[in-house]
Amino acid sequence: MEQTQQQSQQQNELHSPSVNQEDIQQFLTFIMDEEEYGVDILTVQEIRGWEEITAIPNAPVFVKGAINLRGTIVPIIDLRLRFGLSSVKYGPLTVIIVVKVELKVGTKIMGLVVDAVSDVYSIGQQQAKDVPDISKSDNAEFVHGLVNVGEKMVVLLHLERVLNLLQETDHDLLAG
Amino acid sequence: MSIDLSQFFEVFFEESFEGLDAMEAELLNLEPGDLDSETINTIFRAAHSIKGGSGTFGFNSVADFTHVLETLLDQIRNGERNLETVHVNLLLKSVDCLREMLGALQSEQEPDLTDSNVLKAEFEAILNIEHDDSQASGTNVNAKSLDTYQVDFKPLHHLFKTGNEPLYLFSELADLGECSVSSDLTDLPDIHDIQPDECYLAWTFFVETHEDDKKIKEIFEWVEDDAKIDVTLCGGLFEEDESTPEEASIPEPEVIAKESSPDPGPAKEASIEPAKKPAKTSGESTSIRVGIDKVDSLINMVGELVITQAMLTQLGEGDMTENKQMALKEGLAQLAHNTRDLQESVMRIRMMPISFVFSRFPRLVRDISQKLNKEVELKLIGETTELDKTVMEKISDPMVHLVRNSLDHGLETPEHRIEAGKDPIGKVTLNAFHQGGNIVIEIMDDGNGLNTDKIKSKAIEKGLITDNESMTDDEINELIFMPGFSTADAVSDLSGRGVGMDVVKRNIHALNGSIDVTSERGTGSTFTIRLPLTLAILDGQLVTLGKHTYIVPLISIVESLQVDLKQVNCVGGGVDVLRLRDEYIPILRLFQIFNHTGAIEELDKGLLVIVESDNQKVGLLVDDLLAQQQVVIKSLEANYQKVDGVSGATILGDGRVSLIVDISGLIKLAGLKKAGSQKLAIDNSMLEPG
Repeated sequence: MEQTQQQSQQQNELHSPSVNQEDIQQFLTFIMDEEEYGVDILTVQEIRGWEEITAIPNAPVFVKGAINLRGTIVPIIDLRLRFGLSSVKYGPLTVIIVVKVELKVGTKIMGLVVDAVSDVYSIGQQQAKDVPDISKSDNAEFVHGLVNVGEKMVVLLHLERVLNLLQETDHDLLAG
Repeated sequence: MSIDLSQFFEVFFEESFEGLDAMEAELLNLEPGDLDSETINTIFRAAHSIKGGSGTFGFNSVADFTHVLETLLDQIRNGERNLETVHVNLLLKSVDCLREMLGALQSEQEPDLTDSNVLKAEFEAILNIEHDDSQASGTNVNAKSLDTYQVDFKPLHHLFKTGNEPLYLFSELADLGECSVSSDLTDLPDIHDIQPDECYLAWTFFVETHEDDKKIKEIFEWVEDDAKIDVTLCGGLFEEDESTPEEASIPEPEVIAKESSPDPGPAKEASIEPAKKPAKTSGESTSIRVGIDKVDSLINMVGELVITQAMLTQLGEGDMTENKQMALKEGLAQLAHNTRDLQESVMRIRMMPISFVFSRFPRLVRDISQKLNKEVELKLIGETTELDKTVMEKISDPMVHLVRNSLDHGLETPEHRIEAGKDPIGKVTLNAFHQGGNIVIEIMDDGNGLNTDKIKSKAIEKGLITDNESMTDDEINELIFMPGFSTADAVSDLSGRGVGMDVVKRNIHALNGSIDVTSERGTGSTFTIRLPLTLAILDGQLVTLGKHTYIVPLISIVESLQVDLKQVNCVGGGVDVLRLRDEYIPILRLFQIFNHTGAIEELDKGLLVIVESDNQKVGLLVDDLLAQQQVVIKSLEANYQKVDGVSGATILGDGRVSLIVDISGLIKLAGLKKAGSQKLAIDNSMLEPG
């Protein structure tokens, strides 16, 4: 762990040497549809390979089902479907990022299906830019900020909002 | 330095409630006239701890109230007052009152003091009036006449070193009354050998006082261990003293033994044991702590597990030979054995004896029988039967209801009983025992039994059944579990509002249990509750639905069958109904309700599992039945949310997650109305949880 931290520290220095230490937050990034997204690394519990998932009846389409995580039942959310992207066939490279989020209803552990895990970056608060206010997309509320890392742009996610399924899904179910 | 006391509040409340439970249990054991000192001591100690604790934490209303209660108890304990039924009733009421006050404080509200003030006034009335009575009647040892006591005080040599100054004791003694003293110098050594910090003197006092010997002993309480003290009652004349202490002494035990409480007066024949004896009788049964033996056995098993694991690790090293393979298989078998033992032990930790529930019934029966003017004897059998704590918490309300019913409707009044040639004292028996993987609780009364005619006419009147249906007695008895059913002629505050038995049944069903009743006219009725030992494990039937595997609770399955299409009709609304013997059973296509594809859709190709919930039978269409097995229930809600039609999840042997079907939820999800499916039309609104 320390090693990875050091490494990412070095990376960070490469990318942006002027960052104030105190504001630094580490993000785990992953790839979806060739875009790079980042989540706060402290929420990440573990990264797992793809495995068979038990479907949950009448769940929203992005809830793929549940897996057994050492005795705990963990729901699996397909982030592609959550964001309204096209779905892909799951393969050996597909990974599940298990995260722990504080929702209004309590702390929940959930799994996110993404295309691939990318990297860990340390990013200062100032570096993150607000989302440009041009997007009318529903997904805008999921975005916490944007940040440039070298040549790339990373979308930092607001996990609490991404995974706040409860009210919404109830609504969906009723409507459907 | 200030300590935040609020962190101890929870502990205080917990202990206080335990104390109140203990008090209540002991009070019920107390019968007037039959005074067991240990019982009184237990009650006193519980009250005292509550008073002390509440004082410390600043709950003065509780402390004040407990104080008067304690005063009465103290007088009874010391034999100054005879225990009467009024006292027991008053004390029981105070226990309730204290419980309420503490409950209010626990939820950070101001306790309502009206009750406690009334009770307090009652206590004070008793304390004042009866105290005068006892003074006048002279039945207790509060000395009213002038007595002379001889006090022999012979300190051990090291008295001064313990920080005691005899002079203070003497002056206190002199406060009691006229006092004369002579000192005994026989121990005094030669002037050269005297150690200035040692005490060589002994004294003999004659005290003329209105107080009793207890007061005198109290003065010397602190030096009991460091001196030989004798207090004897003399005839009353100074002159007789020197020669007559032996003859004049009354049968009063010596107070050499150290006691932390004042000695009881001699008027009580019951020998009062020293109060410092630990409160073992009631403490054990009322606490919810895990026994050390259970923990020890767990540690043992984990040790075994580690050993087995080490053995397997060793076997796993190097190349695999045939011998090794054999040993490996053996090791795995042992591992399986260890794991099972461990699982059982862990489950046992959650198990508690059912006496936790049973213990509240003596009080309940006492109160209700007094209210109803019935004489009732309550018999508890199998109190040590263990069951899961969660089950226990949920079963207690239904049981209270059933016991109330037995007392109110079941048992007749003493006059009626005598007329019927029965013992005027009615019997209610609670019996708990294990049977298979279930715990069975029976609530028996020897009352009049269920009146089948009355039930039937009531059911017809309420439109639950039609006039011309022929029913067996058992079927009629089952009717009392229907919502909105009550045969009580008058609605009392005990029962008769007709929201009783169906709620009882529903609560028990929610625990995956069942209830039924057998009854014989004139000899009584028996309610039998069957419950799974634990809520964490469920007997399940694995069913497949395409590539999905679901678990149906075995307890709700009535039968499974292949559908004969000739017996299936489609009724309005597109619901298929299967005619099975004399019943029409709606068919639910599980794949449809759960929105799955790839399952068998034709009725005659799959299997129909007939399940029952809330008196409603439905047939579930599934692809196939797999094994029956015990499954450990896991929460799906913990990390996700409630899913309609699913009560939880479990992990199958291969590590996959499988969902457990919630039958009543499923029926609701399918939007089935009860009418049309059942021969009894039931007002559906009664089923909605309130």
